Amino acid sequence: MKNYVIKRFLLMIGTIFIIASLTFILMHLIPGSPFEQDRQTSAAVQENLRAFHQLDQPLYIQYFSYLKSIATFNFGPSIASPDTTVNELIGRGFPVSFELGLWAIGIALVSGLVLGVMAALHHNGLLDHLCMGIAVLGISIPNFVLSTLLIQEFAVNLGWFPAATWRTPMHMVLPVAALATAPMAIIARLIRSSMLETLTQDYIKMARAKGLSPMRVVIRHALRNALMPVVTLLGTLMASILTGTFVIEKIFAIPGMGRYFIDSISTRDYPVIMGTTVFYSTILVFMLFLVDMAYCLLDPRIRLHHHKGQA
Amino acid sequence: MKPHEQDLFPPEWLQPAIRNTGDLHNTIERPYVSYWQDAWQRLRRNKLAMLGLVFLLALVSMAIFAPLFSPYSATAQDLRNQNLPPSALHWFGTDDLGRDVFTRTWQGARISLFVGFMAALIDFVIGVAYGGYSGLKGGKTDAVMMRIVEILYGLPYLLMVILLMVVMKPSLLTIIIALTITGWISMARIVRGQVLQLKNLEFVTASRTFGASPGRIIRKNLLPNTMGPIIVQMTLTVPSAIFAEAFLSFLGLGIQAPHASWGVMTNDALPVILSGDWWQLFFPALFISLTMFAFNVLGDGLQDALDPKLKK
Repeated sequence: MKNYVIKRFLLMIGTIFIIASLTFILMHLIPGSPFEQDRQTSAAVQENLRAFHQLDQPLYIQYFSYLKSIATFNFGPSIASPDTTVNELIGRGFPVSFELGLWAIGIALVSGLVLGVMAALHHNGLLDHLCMGIAVLGISIPNFVLSTLLIQEFAVNLGWFPAATWRTPMHMVLPVAALATAPMAIIARLIRSSMLETLTQDYIKMARAKGLSPMRVVIRHALRNALMPVVTLLGTLMASILTGTFVIEKIFAIPGMGRYFIDSISTRDYPVIMGTTVFYSTILVFMLFLVDMAYCLLDPRIRLHHHKGQA
Repeated sequence: MKPHEQDLFPPEWLQPAIRNTGDLHNTIERPYVSYWQDAWQRLRRNKLAMLGLVFLLALVSMAIFAPLFSPYSATAQDLRNQNLPPSALHWFGTDDLGRDVFTRTWQGARISLFVGFMAALIDFVIGVAYGGYSGLKGGKTDAVMMRIVEILYGLPYLLMVILLMVVMKPSLLTIIIALTITGWISMARIVRGQVLQLKNLEFVTASRTFGASPGRIIRKNLLPNTMGPIIVQMTLTVPSAIFAEAFLSFLGLGIQAPHASWGVMTNDALPVILSGDWWQLFFPALFISLTMFAFNVLGDGLQDALDPKLKK
């Protein structure tokens, strides 16, 4: 177990390093400089700006100072708006995105679980087809289409919820719904198939034979084991929620990190692009690491397997 | 032979066995059905998957022929006919630059399908080559190759695609490159897993004993038996590539104006949706969703049809 944790940890550091390097290389392949927008500035000012952001240094020096800035988590000032640092942007945007993402994943988990379990318990029945119909629809409708439809229907036509921004809980309903739908559908399908498999196991028959109540069999015996595949999928789901926030924040005008990221791409704001990319990737890779660890702790068979591997 | 045994077994039972050729008793009742025919039979019984298949065939033929026969161009502007609702002249209405939404929708279908199929095809080629080699070779090579895959697998896919789109000039080719740079990884993992399972089975050992070359073993023994999961994976790659293209174009990083893609059309329709011009958003959104739906149900159906172990 300990060896496994260390191995996975090193792998995580390796992945982050590769992402950081890739981002650096890609950023410097981009044609055009971030200062091209300010055409009024004189050559001397441009030169000073370049020196200030160290763009006049040789690439390898820029690379090392970049790696240092990642290690110390200090990404320097933004180029497009020089009086704010990248850290401030992340500090301002991330809590909003985090709140949005957390609600979305929570709601996706709960509703996906309910749909999946209902479908599995009524295998091939009406309820099964209904739940899976919802799930396939949820996977098929892209989040940006869904959010425009939601705005059109619930904000413009019915006027139940505000159409944009992020202030009260009422503002949160539509974006969270738009973001949670696809993960909910994926979870529902996964839970259904793994529940169906689990329900045929001998220990379920045993539990039923012992005379446990059906509710208890489903929750304590079947669901607990059927949840394992969902744990493996959590990492991928986080990634899809995260990229989902880009469009959702754009459509609903939510002042989160995704908006800064997309804006920084169009203004070629290197420090912001690099900072946000590395920040995002670190979070994701760390989540994958946590998911692996959780999986290891939850499933004794895996833990045992690794013990054997060590011996 | 002792006498009482002859009482137990009538003499005709004790005849030496002769090979039956064309004998009535030994003819197989059911005609021989290959794996693929069997899978097709199973798929045909899945109504939803067949619906998806029929829709996709219709979509492909419309994407090929509709722009050819349409009297309108997909990109030419006609400012006198802005924002017209659907009518006999413009079946899906016109957009804010007077372009025919019907023609643009099918032009968009061409782009989406092209991106989807190309991404799946390239993933297939790279994934099978990489995964097949890694699995067959085994040992250190496999360990190193899989470590690389593990690291790449941790990369946030769409984030990398977005960065690539920023670096390269936005075009159809760039989108396909960006999508396949990370897309082949799942395919490689699947193929490797299958190859690892298959390569020690008797029939592979048999053909190795007969002196078959590794290339022949891959082509004749391993690939045909891996085709099921590969095809399922490809059917699921197509909708995710179509989604990614629409997503990128929606963010303004994909296909550039004036070209029509479903993502571009959805993005263009956003500002006018509030003024009630629903058709500009409705048609591209409908077709993205229907296409993703069709590929998803077809993929599910194929999964059931090609994997007899899951057969109920």
